[in-house]
Amino acid sequence: MDRQALQERLLRIVGPDGIIDDPDELLVYEYDASDEVFAGHHRPDITVLPRTADQVQEIVKLANEFGVPVTPRGAGTGLAGAALAVRGGILVVMTRMNRVLEINERDGYAIVEPGVINLELSQLTQPRGYFFAPDPSSQRACTIGGNVANNSGGPHCLKYGVTSNHILGLEVVLPNGERIWTGGPAPESPGIDLTGVLVGSEGTLGIVTKVMVRLTRLPEAVNVLLAAFADLESASQATSAIIASGILPAALEMMDHLTIKAVEAAFHAGYPEDAGAVLLIELDGLAEIVAESADRVVELCRGCGATEVRVARTPRERELLWLGRKSAFGAMGRLAPNYYLVDTTVPRTKLPPTMRTVEELSREYRLRIANVFHAGDGNLHPLVLFDRFVPGEIERVLRCTTDILQYCVDVGGTLSGEHGIGLEKRDYMTLIFTTEDLCAMAGLKRSFDPRELFNPDKVFPSGFSCGEVNAIRQQAMAKRLGIEFV
Amino acid sequence: MVVAEERAVLHGFKGHDVPEFDVIRSCVHCGFCLPVCPTYRVTGRERSSPRGRIWLMKSIAEGRLDLLDPLFEDEMTLCLNCRACEAVCPSGVRYGEILEASRAQLVQHRPQTAKERLFRFLGFQVLLGDMRRFRAANRLLRLYQRSGLRALARRSGILRLLGMEHADRLMPEISDRFVVADGSFYPALGERRGRVALFVGCVMGTSYAHVHEATVRVLTRNGFDVALIPGQGCCGALHVHGGDPESGRRQARRNIDALGSPYIDAVIVNAAGCGAMLKEYPHLLRDDHDYAERARAFSAKVRDAIEFLAERGLSAQPGPLPMTVTYQEPCHLAHAQRITRQPRALLEAIPELKLVEMAESALCCGSAGIYNLLRPEMASTLLDRKLNNALATGAEAIVSANPGCMLQLQAGLRARGERIPVLHLIEVLDRAYAAAPATRPAEALAAG
Ligand SMILES: Cc1cc2nc3c(=O)[nH]c(=O)nc-3n(C[C@H](O)[C@H](O)[C@H](O)COP(=O)(O)OP(=O)(O)OC[C@H]3O[C@@H](n4cnc5c(N)ncnc54)[C@H](O)[C@@H]3O)c2cc1C
Ligand code: SF4
Ligand code: SF4
Repeated sequence: MDRQALQERLLRIVGPDGIIDDPDELLVYEYDASDEVFAGHHRPDITVLPRTADQVQEIVKLANEFGVPVTPRGAGTGLAGAALAVRGGILVVMTRMNRVLEINERDGYAIVEPGVINLELSQLTQPRGYFFAPDPSSQRACTIGGNVANNSGGPHCLKYGVTSNHILGLEVVLPNGERIWTGGPAPESPGIDLTGVLVGSEGTLGIVTKVMVRLTRLPEAVNVLLAAFADLESASQATSAIIASGILPAALEMMDHLTIKAVEAAFHAGYPEDAGAVLLIELDGLAEIVAESADRVVELCRGCGATEVRVARTPRERELLWLGRKSAFGAMGRLAPNYYLVDTTVPRTKLPPTMRTVEELSREYRLRIANVFHAGDGNLHPLVLFDRFVPGEIERVLRCTTDILQYCVDVGGTLSGEHGIGLEKRDYMTLIFTTEDLCAMAGLKRSFDPRELFNPDKVFPSGFSCGEVNAIRQQAMAKRLGIEFV
Repeated sequence: MVVAEERAVLHGFKGHDVPEFDVIRSCVHCGFCLPVCPTYRVTGRERSSPRGRIWLMKSIAEGRLDLLDPLFEDEMTLCLNCRACEAVCPSGVRYGEILEASRAQLVQHRPQTAKERLFRFLGFQVLLGDMRRFRAANRLLRLYQRSGLRALARRSGILRLLGMEHADRLMPEISDRFVVADGSFYPALGERRGRVALFVGCVMGTSYAHVHEATVRVLTRNGFDVALIPGQGCCGALHVHGGDPESGRRQARRNIDALGSPYIDAVIVNAAGCGAMLKEYPHLLRDDHDYAERARAFSAKVRDAIEFLAERGLSAQPGPLPMTVTYQEPCHLAHAQRITRQPRALLEAIPELKLVEMAESALCCGSAGIYNLLRPEMASTLLDRKLNNALATGAEAIVSANPGCMLQLQAGLRARGERIPVLHLIEVLDRAYAAAPATRPAEALAAG
């Protein structure tokens, strides 16, 4: 590659303040929110910060001409290393494309650029009575483009569905440099659903330059309850009881003792620190029905042994309770310098035995595991805490997480992929997909990106990733399956 | 493609005041702090974000970046030390601490030019080292401002010639009289609820003497004896923020000596920046055998005036003050001391006063100690943004609680030809009390 020439041409596209090529400054683009132990450091050759879709298109065409890899990036809050330039090349940071282009309340949609921060869109539309429903815990910082690419979920997805349910259309620059629109404001568009293909494709099929999102009407009433339990088991039972009663909460989140402690230290959110587990339950809808459901939920929680049930009285109390929950991953830094997040879903009825297994594995591997998860849809996030400087810990963590995942798959669960597969979880793909499944995906990928320039080495499993980590992981897997590795 | 250049020797952190590695690595790079960081919001570059800066520190600690890389120094000075990042960080990264240590490392290990050394000496040792010298210098400034000399200098263009135009614009108006820590004692009015010491500081005593007076009136009116204990000096914040923690420690010891009296219930500070510093003495003096313990006891008593009044409750009812105000949060009150509810509660306690919140009230105004002198470009971008937000509220006054912010806002408003006043929150409270049926006016405390 003629680096000099590429630099010069890029400079002409994005201007001097839109290009970063100083190797030292590029250090700060070698990470995202994933743990560096597993994702590693990956410095791009050049970072660009485009301001318009035209610029993005020019950049992609140039990458084609020079045959260099392209990696899209939003705010870099991804937990799977998906926004890392593994093979170098050009990192395209989309955060400067952050304008809200249109808000159309009548038809219930907005058109935004991908760099708009998730929460800021909702803040903008709230006074008009609307919000953008997908609310990943990182919503204060992450971009809508990143949400689209990862098909992100959040607490409120229990009732409202994940990102894909809220994307009406996309403008996207394809790997060959063409720019197209998919979908549109109509609920159904003819032909192959390209929007559906692109949502969740983790930047491997193109760069999204505009997003048409569905806006959801704010509910008339919202009620947030906090129920404390002695242990995870009774909290899990309460979860099942609530769902079985026919009530569909807007959100139903669980946190264990360790998480409560970390979060309390961070923000004094008002969680009972001695509780073994808490449930955070949000009910929304018509005022009357919300009030009725709230009474019922209180009753059900008490029936399952809740030691305390509290109702947030003021918007501020509500906000605090949510702030605590939404900061939970970040607060892990208070418990240990590193954490590994397992992102998996099990059938709701399998929650109690899964929690027991996680606890056993925690003991077996002598690793602390914090649990915080979307209990309502059985999506759990065991956070395995460790310190990368303690000899042998990394290896134990990998064995432990593989065991957890294997157990979840065994009981009918799956890799949730809520946080993306990216670089870092791609070798788990073989746990849930057959070779044929993966070939079908690869075929689709090739038809979009025959030269494999777009976000290479992501999503698809590979035998040669991240050297050592991968080897340990394979050994762990092999041990489980009873295969000897040589 | 390999971009990393191999370097023969990399300078790492070493010697005194090394940023603690465990603090650096408590950052899990989640990115939550990005949207609240003023410099990131303006530049959009990761290097100018808290996460980026911490990563640079980490890279130095791990031997992957040179301490003397110009990039690092540039970022360590572009950072406002506003600590907005710290307040939202779920992981509890003590950012201010590692930033200040990084700056200290740069001062220690980077060759300083003669001009820098002179600037540091004059600023940190001569001017701020002793409040008597500080007041003498301020008297000269007052002469400059009042005698027509300034008008002459501005007309003649000499300021531009000397590159002093900017500094001249930001220069505080010097008060007619100074408030000095001279042992004065102001007894509580009505029922006595306690005894406090007022931290006098530097510019608060010379340019905001009226705020000190208001503070004394409000405190005595609420049942507190107020003592202006002699021997206290500068809080040391400018030293510590400027990479000279050793001089900061000297100031800290002297303040602890002066104000560590067991007969005092609280040390009251009405400058958010000083208050934050005073509360951080335990960290500053952590390795000092004789002072570490005393620093803890001392800091436990430090309260911002607003915090203190909200905590103890107003015993006297303020009178009505029919005006609309907006509140600009001093970073070192909102982020460093996490005091955000109390100022609003006090304003709401004033009958007929209306508080209109501005957008981005907690985003730094760009003052940041002497930042506006060192990084004028970023400072004025942020100031503009702040003034736009403040003026959009239609308020009749901007209320704040820190001299740096007030100076910055006043300079900006003057430049725009806006007439709306900038008031310290305690001043507003004092005015409200003036409108209430009086008990007994506190004696004036002018000197100097
Ligand atoms: C503390 C914490 C909590 C989190 N909680 C949740 C949660 O509750 N639910 C959840 O689902 N996730 C969560 N996440 C993960 C993460 O925040 C989300 O995946 C988020 O959507 C990523 O957005 P981003 O802008 O940071 O994208 P990045 O991390 O920058 O990128 C993520 C992926 O998107 C691609 N991408 C970004 N922009 C574009 C674009 N314009 N076009 C094409 N591809 C693009 C990148 O190539 C990459 O593959 C959490 C993360 C953290 C750190
Ligand atoms: S919020 Fe805290 S942990 Fe997260 S990136 Fe910022 S400093 Fe690091
Ligand atoms: S202290 Fe302020 S300017 Fe510095 S990194 Fe933190 S938020 Fe940004």
